[in-house]
Order: sequence, then structure tokens, then C-alpha cells
Amino acid sequence: MSKFISPRTERPILRWTLIAITFAFMAVMLFAPLIIVFFEALRNGAVAAVESLGNPEAAAAIKLTLIVAACAVPLNAVFGVAAAWFITKFDFRGKAFLITLIDLPFSISPVVAGLCIVLTFGSATMVGGWLTDNGYPIVFALPGIILASMFVTFPFVARELIPVMIEQGRAEEEAALTLGASGWRVFFTVTLPNIRWALLYGVLLCNARAMGEFGAVAIVSGKIRGQTATMPITIEMLYQEYLSIAAFSLAAVLALLALVTLLLKTALELRFADQLAATHRA
Amino acid sequence: MHIEIDEISKQFGTTAALSPVSLAIPSGALVALLGPSGSGKTTLLRILGGLEFPTAGRVLFDGADATNLTVQERRAGFVFQSYALFRHMTVFDNIAYGLRARPRSERPASAEIARRVTKLLDLIQLPDIGARYPSQLSGGQRQRVALARALAIEPRMLLLDEPFGALDAKVRKELRQGLRDIHDTTGLTTVFVTHDQDEAMELADLVVVMSMGKIEQVGKPADIRAKPATPFVREFIGA
Repeated sequence: MSKFISPRTERPILRWTLIAITFAFMAVMLFAPLIIVFFEALRNGAVAAVESLGNPEAAAAIKLTLIVAACAVPLNAVFGVAAAWFITKFDFRGKAFLITLIDLPFSISPVVAGLCIVLTFGSATMVGGWLTDNGYPIVFALPGIILASMFVTFPFVARELIPVMIEQGRAEEEAALTLGASGWRVFFTVTLPNIRWALLYGVLLCNARAMGEFGAVAIVSGKIRGQTATMPITIEMLYQEYLSIAAFSLAAVLALLALVTLLLKTALELRFADQLAATHRA
Repeated sequence: MHIEIDEISKQFGTTAALSPVSLAIPSGALVALLGPSGSGKTTLLRILGGLEFPTAGRVLFDGADATNLTVQERRAGFVFQSYALFRHMTVFDNIAYGLRARPRSERPASAEIARRVTKLLDLIQLPDIGARYPSQLSGGQRQRVALARALAIEPRMLLLDEPFGALDAKVRKELRQGLRDIHDTTGLTTVFVTHDQDEAMELADLVVVMSMGKIEQVGKPADIRAKPATPFVREFIGA
């Protein structure tokens, strides 16, 4: 294989050292913890693990987390596309400020975000009080958890899309307009197909984070067992109570959900490999 | 279609891209907007196509005020500098796009669309590339597909932004003749932007020399060569 190495390439020993360091790091930081989660969950056998998931609390937590993700992710996908479109296809004052604002959830601690939602929509506030009185509480209820998850995961879709859309420019959209297409038609036939991979990736990241969010949800949910405790929160509560089989089993399910989304992405990429190649070669 | 540009100006923020310019383009003419970058030629073309709107002034198509017509209503066949082909669609779908985008009542049946696309592929002398994607085409082929796509909507005029800019010298020469032929076949009023004076002089019936947002001279290529109106024109065309 030496003939493939150009003269400027580093010496083999350096290359192999770098590769070894990378793999060692990934093994220690990524693979080992993941394997240990599954190992701990199965410590007393698969039956004990599955039984621990069968209790109503764990089942409620799984259901709640899936509901939250199913609400937060589509909404953030829509908002993310809208924001990215607005930012990349139009010139306006305050654009840089808006981009900074989108990044805000990355820089603010989720706990602070959770507190902000409690302070804005809690039953002591005007809006929150009115909604609570009418039977629609936000804080310590599902809407608050969805809001918190959306706040924390908002940047993922927009952040994935903005660089792609900047790189693609406006020319194809303009071409579609000159051909007589309406704004909506341009969006669905030109813009959306061109960003679909970035969008998919953003949605998957957003989904993984929405299911895994702890800090913000811990504040707004009130951690009511079987009602407002999502999977990460239930895991933490179980762990604090030394119910490690139950905690690790639930953690394993959460990790599996994340792995499934990754597998889904890989499968889609393989399925559409030819299209990907055709659109990226240009 | 006769195009009249009446005292058009365009400001981008505080910079003036076009000082008031006026120009009459006779029906069926092949016109070159010639000038260095920053001369306002592309801005003028985009205003004609409805992709930019002038700060002041009017555009008239066949005598009717078209200043406030939307880009869709203008029905201008526009060829973009880097062609802007839809990269996720085949050549066939690219050319059919404008016909499929029509409101249902005016949309041709799919057999009719296929017939028209085939005819256009013949016109650009690339009959067999309908199933390919833009990324699988050469630069010259892309340019011709972009031209076919623009012609598919039965445009009232043809507007081309640096149509030969991205091509090598040999292909450039071939496609110049190609554009001339298509212009002569369709009889469409055609305006193209270029910074290459050879291209403008060789191809156009009428050359509009622009600089710094102003029109320096309008005339037949031979007249401009023989009598440059300003020192700028003399220098730019190298006469």
C-alpha cells in the first residue's frame, strides 16, 4: 500500500499513532459507556430487565418521552426550516442578531431555560394563571415539557440547514420563479428537495436531544411520577433509589432509541445513495 | 416584444447600482449589455426579468407598463450565470418544470409536455439526454439545457446573464452560434449580459455599453467600433 502514500504524507508511525489515539478515545468515551449501560441492565438477566420496564412508571415515562418528541420535533423542523429559509434567502437588518438568537439555547444552561419557562407560564403569572384556571396548565404538565424540549432543541434543524442553504444560493429558486412557479411551489419542488438530507440530519439530532433532555424538563415537569417524568428523569429517580436494574434498563431503551434513529439515517443514505451522488457531484 | 426602459434607477442601500438609465429595445432584436463588473448590467437584466425592482422609473413591454408585474407574470425566459439547473431533477423534468408549474386550467397534458420537451431537446441538439441529471452534463450541455428550460414556457423575451461565462473558449464559440440560431428561429427579443466585448460585437445586433451604473453608448457593433462615444468606450472595446 506504500505506493498510495504521497511523499508529503506523515511517516507511518505518526499516522498509526493518530489512528490508535482516535480509536482509543472513541472506545473509552463512546463505546465502553454504551456497552456498560447494556451490561448493567442485563446484570440479573434479560427477564429482570424486561420486568423492570413493565412497571407503570417506566411505561408512562417511555410513552411521555415519545409523545414529547413527536410534538417537539415536527414543530422544530417547521420552525427551523422557516428560520433557515428566511435567513438565507432574504437580506434584512438584524440578520446577524437573529442568527445569534437561534444559537441562544446552545449557550444558555437548560436549567435556566426551564426556570424561564416556569417564570413565564407558571400559575403565578397572568397567562399561566388564566390557562391553569381554565384547565390547561403549562408548567408541571405536558405543554411545559414540550416547550422546554423545543427551546433546547430549536437550534439543531436551523443550524444544519443554514450552511447548506447559503452554499446553494438563491439561483435555483429564482429560476423556478422565472418559470412561473408560485412561492409555495418553489419551496416544495426546489428548496425542500435540495435540503432534504440536511433536514433529515437536523431532525434526527433534534429528536435524539428531545428524548434525552434532562435539565430544562426537570425544572418544568415537577417530576411527578407516572405523570410528568420523562425517561431521563425517571432514570435519574430510579438511580437515586438504588434501583439500578430498572434505571439501566430504561437507560438502555433510551440509548436504543437513539441508535435506531442513527440506523434509520444510515439506511436512508444507502437507499438513496445514487441520488446523493448525483446531486453532490455538481 | 418591444421593451422600453424609462429612467430606471436602482439603489442598494446607499450605493447606486443604476443611475437613471433609459433604453429602447426593438422587437426581435438581439441585444448585448456590455460592461465591466459593477457596471449595473446584471441589475438591469434582473429588473427586466422581475427579479429586482427599480427604485424609480418604469419598464414598458409593448407599450404597456410592466414595472409592477411579478416575476411570474413577466414570462421572461431567464438563463442564469451558472445556469441554476435543478440539481435533483433530470434534464427532462428541468425543461418540463415551467409547463408543470402552470395553473391546472392552462397546464398541457403530460403527453403534450413530453412532446414539447422532446422538441426542445431537438432544438438544442441534445435529443438523448432527457434522463440524465445536470451533474452528468458538460458545461456546454448545461447551458443549452438552461436555454431549453427557459424556452419551454413560451417566453415573451429571452434574458441571459453571462451565458458563456463559465465555458472554455472553444465551446464558447460554438454556443455563440447556437444562441444566434435559436434567436433567429424563435424571433424572440433577446438581451444578454457580457463583459466580453468580442462576444458582444460578434453576436449582438445592438450593443449597450455600460459603466458605473450608466449607459455610455448604444449602437450597432460597427458603429461603436467606428465611433466610440466616450473615452471609456474607446478604452473598453480597445479601439
